[in-house]
Amino acid sequence: MSDANARIDEIVKSNDIVLFMKGTALFPQCGFSSRAVAILDHLGVPFETVDVLQDPEIRQGIKGYSDWPTIPQLYVKGEFVGGSDIMMEMFESGELQQLVGAAAH
Amino acid sequence: MPMAAADIEALIRAAIPDAQVTIRDLRGDGDHYAARVVSASFAGLSRVRQHQAVYAALGGRMGGELHALQLETAAPSGDHQ
Repeated sequence: MSDANARIDEIVKSNDIVLFMKGTALFPQCGFSSRAVAILDHLGVPFETVDVLQDPEIRQGIKGYSDWPTIPQLYVKGEFVGGSDIMMEMFESGELQQLVGAAAH
Repeated sequence: MPMAAADIEALIRAAIPDAQVTIRDLRGDGDHYAARVVSASFAGLSRVRQHQAVYAALGGRMGGELHALQLETAAPSGDHQ
């Protein structure tokens, strides 16, 4: 496992809900990341964010970590959930509320 | 480097022959697309796996040459196997 992979693994496993994104929760730097934050804000659960723009190693490594080419990426309880499109679909169907609700308690 | 909608559709169809592909150019700039891909091969796969199949079809262009592609995938409706 490369250093980047080990660092990502540590972040994913030590946070119940973590979003890898471009920018910060307050100042997202991309429309997709902004949408992901808006969904999590709406759900009212505590979540961590990692700004990949501040960390080139993680920005590159996260794409291989889950074989997913884009950012944002949401992880809940150590599992990759999806990007912003999947988050929106799961939000609209009620699945995301259930998933993060269970993780936040 | 923008990609034409027809090129995106052709790449997806080449890898997923039965795919019904609907593409919208969201801003008319050839750089921000939304695609809906329906294929029987998605039946029983998680959303993540379905999206990964489409990304694989795009052969590494996603997140590079193809900056913004909102993706929606599904198995044909009524297909509950």
